[in-house]
Amino acid sequence: MFKILKYSFYDLMRSSWSYVYFLFYLALGFVLLFLNNDVAKAVITLMNVIVVLTPLIGTIFGVMYFYNSREFTELLLAQPLKRSTIFIGQYLGVSISLSLSLVIGLGIPFLAYGVLESNDIFNFGSLIAVGAFLTFIFVALAFNIALSNENKIKGFGYAILLWLFLAVIYDGLFLISLVMMQEYPLDKFSLIATMFNPVDLSRILILLKLDISALLGYTGAVFQKFFGTNFGMILSSLVLFIWVLLPTWRIISKSKKKDF
Amino acid sequence: MIEIRNLYKKFGKVEVLKGLDLSIKSGGIFAVLGPNGSGKTTLIKSVLGMVIPNKGDIDIKGDTVLKKHEYRNNINYLPQIANFPSNLSVNELINMVKNLRSKPAADQDFIELFRLQPFLDKKLGNLSGGTKQKVNIVLTFMFDSELIILDEPTTGLDPISLLNLKKIILAERQKGKTILITSHIMSFVEEMANEIVFLLDGKIYFKGTLNAIKEQTKQNDLEHAIAAILIKENV
Repeated sequence: MFKILKYSFYDLMRSSWSYVYFLFYLALGFVLLFLNNDVAKAVITLMNVIVVLTPLIGTIFGVMYFYNSREFTELLLAQPLKRSTIFIGQYLGVSISLSLSLVIGLGIPFLAYGVLESNDIFNFGSLIAVGAFLTFIFVALAFNIALSNENKIKGFGYAILLWLFLAVIYDGLFLISLVMMQEYPLDKFSLIATMFNPVDLSRILILLKLDISALLGYTGAVFQKFFGTNFGMILSSLVLFIWVLLPTWRIISKSKKKDF
Repeated sequence: MIEIRNLYKKFGKVEVLKGLDLSIKSGGIFAVLGPNGSGKTTLIKSVLGMVIPNKGDIDIKGDTVLKKHEYRNNINYLPQIANFPSNLSVNELINMVKNLRSKPAADQDFIELFRLQPFLDKKLGNLSGGTKQKVNIVLTFMFDSELIILDEPTTGLDPISLLNLKKIILAERQKGKTILITSHIMSFVEEMANEIVFLLDGKIYFKGTLNAIKEQTKQNDLEHAIAAILIKENV
């Protein structure tokens, strides 16, 4: 598996897309720090970007890589390798290279600004960790979609829809349902509804870490009330972990039955 | 060498293989022929484990190969379309495949034969179709394996490379290898193959020597013999 990972990783690291992605974060980091002139504020702004953008890039890259590397995959399938080795290797290659663009791209400006000496190093760290988590989750979801759809256009369509749903539409539906059922106790419902969306979950995780109750919103407030800051963070990290594991497991089981 | 029993494969509603039985003995060149969509590639890919059959069994050297992967260490496969990760160089690709298999490789001999030295450091995305096919051939033949499977090996090759390819294939036969070839170029098949396996409608329609198929159809060359079968069966 490590060999496949290595080659997928090299292949991607050399593609211009990785550089564009890296340079984007680099520029974003510098601009935000320059405008805010304050690490804590920059982290909050960054959160709003990361929570939406990493899923989008993860989804598009995941689907694109899977479809583009079809022939390469066939070459690997003819070698004495297990199928799970091939696909998990590729999955990790994509996820790690994207996460690396994020970590290095944002790491450089924040390090240059002196984040190490400030109190916000842990906040910044958790932001990066959440970005990496979201990348792993959405690349896995994208691989799932691509594995189930032979048709590239369909696969792309479903992947974008998935992102749109989780990043935008879900919140809208959530809000509407809260308004419509306001006579009922909604704590449990909103807790569960948050668990089903990794984007919301990440947002809450970071806001809990930053300890800005004003920004928590309804779900965040319920989360904090229910679980407290520390337990809430552990729980949301755990759920994010499940969000990585479940799609990964499906990649393995689906790939075993697929024809190439 | 290969024993296939009662093999069924459906893609959606299309039944491609319908209870195919085939036995291929060790040593020699076997040409798998058939009209478009007759299941040649599906058959080959089933042997390689890339297509998973709905029913039936495939044995290589007495052991079933379904759901296994180690057996592929003893198979060299040349896929129909040569497309590789575009950001890797030729050298990196060759080293990668060598790295994935735990056996010695004679890559240098083939690189020299196909004059690929100038391309070794070029990225695969920048190579022409024919050069990619040459790289494909190097990757296929650099290992010493008992079973060699070639899916349309002549695609995109210039005449010199085609001659080289034929030489390589014949040399492998001399060593007692079992070679499966699919091709639509009948002159190539006529020149190379010891035996013909003719697929029609998801089953083996004919299996035997070149002379046998000519005699059976009362034709003088393979191209007309095949055409005669197809006309008779209304395909």
